[in-house]
Amino acid sequence: MSPAGQVRDWLDERFGWDDLVAFIRHKTVPLHRYSYWYYLGGITLFLFTLQVVTGILLLLYYRPTPSDAFGSVQYIMTQVHFGWLIRSIHSWGANLMIFTAFAHMFSVAFFKAYRKPRELTWLSGIILLFLVLGFGFSGYLLPWNTLAFFATTVGTNLIGQVPLAGPWLLTFLRGGADVTGATLGRFFAFHVALLPGLATAFLLTHLLLVQRFGISVPPSLEPAWQAKPPAEREIRFFPNFMLRELMAWYLALGALGTLAALRPWGLGTKADPFASAPAGIRPEWYFMFMFETLKLIPARVGFMTGEALGVLVFGLAAVAWTLLPFLDRGGTGRKRRWAAGAVVFALGYVVGMTLYGYLVMAK
Amino acid sequence: MREDKSNPTQNPERRRFLEVLLGTGIVASLVSFFYPVIRYLIPPPSTDLGSNTVLAATVGELGINAGKIFRFGDHPALLVRMADGNYSAFSAVCTHLGCTVEYRPDLREIWCPCHNGKYDLHGRNISGPPPRPLTEFQVNVQGKDIYVSRTAAT
Repeated sequence: MSPAGQVRDWLDERFGWDDLVAFIRHKTVPLHRYSYWYYLGGITLFLFTLQVVTGILLLLYYRPTPSDAFGSVQYIMTQVHFGWLIRSIHSWGANLMIFTAFAHMFSVAFFKAYRKPRELTWLSGIILLFLVLGFGFSGYLLPWNTLAFFATTVGTNLIGQVPLAGPWLLTFLRGGADVTGATLGRFFAFHVALLPGLATAFLLTHLLLVQRFGISVPPSLEPAWQAKPPAEREIRFFPNFMLRELMAWYLALGALGTLAALRPWGLGTKADPFASAPAGIRPEWYFMFMFETLKLIPARVGFMTGEALGVLVFGLAAVAWTLLPFLDRGGTGRKRRWAAGAVVFALGYVVGMTLYGYLVMAK
Repeated sequence: MREDKSNPTQNPERRRFLEVLLGTGIVASLVSFFYPVIRYLIPPPSTDLGSNTVLAATVGELGINAGKIFRFGDHPALLVRMADGNYSAFSAVCTHLGCTVEYRPDLREIWCPCHNGKYDLHGRNISGPPPRPLTEFQVNVQGKDIYVSRTAAT
């Protein structure tokens, strides 16, 4: 017997290797005209692993103190071999990952894949989205540049507007009353220890649930899809789907490499907590829709400040969005349509306000 | 399995060609991914080489038969004032496993506390595990200042 065969037998005796292989061989993915949306979750997963790898590489040189942080990132960008590439891929990859996570979530929402029995898959996915936004928010501060410093001041201030828990949250996030070196230390700990741990746990849960319930077919396509013979309506996960997914990953990596090479991520100027804020302070694009909304609300509405009202409304909207599978239980006619309307409204609002922020307000 | 006219298994040469193409592509990709990462792992040479001369001490700071550790670039160095009042200076990095050595007035030797290595006052390894002598530096007294410089000759 060949050495490879012996290793296989050894593993089979202990772990039931052959059962595992048979299981992977039997797994299938539905094939229909919207199948390409299924690649988005996998691309997000790939970008996440890429973030882990480039993040570990950045950790080799990064120093999380107010005096050293900016200089260490500058050192990475200018002195370390290919440091500019690693950091640019980390920054661009973060943005691309948040984009694909949003796209994945909206595709799931449109295809109603969150419905029974996949409520918990949706729930774990929403938690992952919040974690990813937490990664973005905490990572943004780490280079300790002026823009990040003031964006974090504004962002944490807004979190401080949360009714009741606000002041406590503010102190917890900042590690004090103001954004200081203590904040940088905390954000660093969140970014490289707390969030990765949580994200890994929820990612495994998410994948396990996807595995358990299989991949959903959009209800609108389901009757026609069911009518087809199995050979035409699904492809094998391994190797057929996996190879296509790998091609998608390869394309994503190519896009990232191109962006990083042609548009290396900027660094700005070192933050000075005692200088006045520069004009045009704004958050990363994925917080833009909330930022613009808050600016449109009047300073005082009834007994609340405008910010508190905005934060409260967004909080309630996030809760409703999280509970979507429990609010939309299927059914027919009008009942079925309100959920689709809500998803269209949510997407329209997020895209619309983001564009408004960049095209109208930026001028 | 359905019959497929374009199936490369029915055309061994074409299959071989495609395999080579795919393999070359994958290998080239992997090289282009890992080359930057491996280069990244090795930090660029330190820019803080320090000057070739450093102010080690001032006259009167060291009594007869005494030693002082001072910083020379990125590494510690040792200035010794010998019994005859002359100065000598050495790298303070033990040639065995890199501990910092010290001057022992009682032995009139340079001693490494980690593994009991000993050097004489010319930096020569005379006892214990050190495999090589300590690098000796040049000492110049200018007025009240004692300067230590790297010497090309050993």
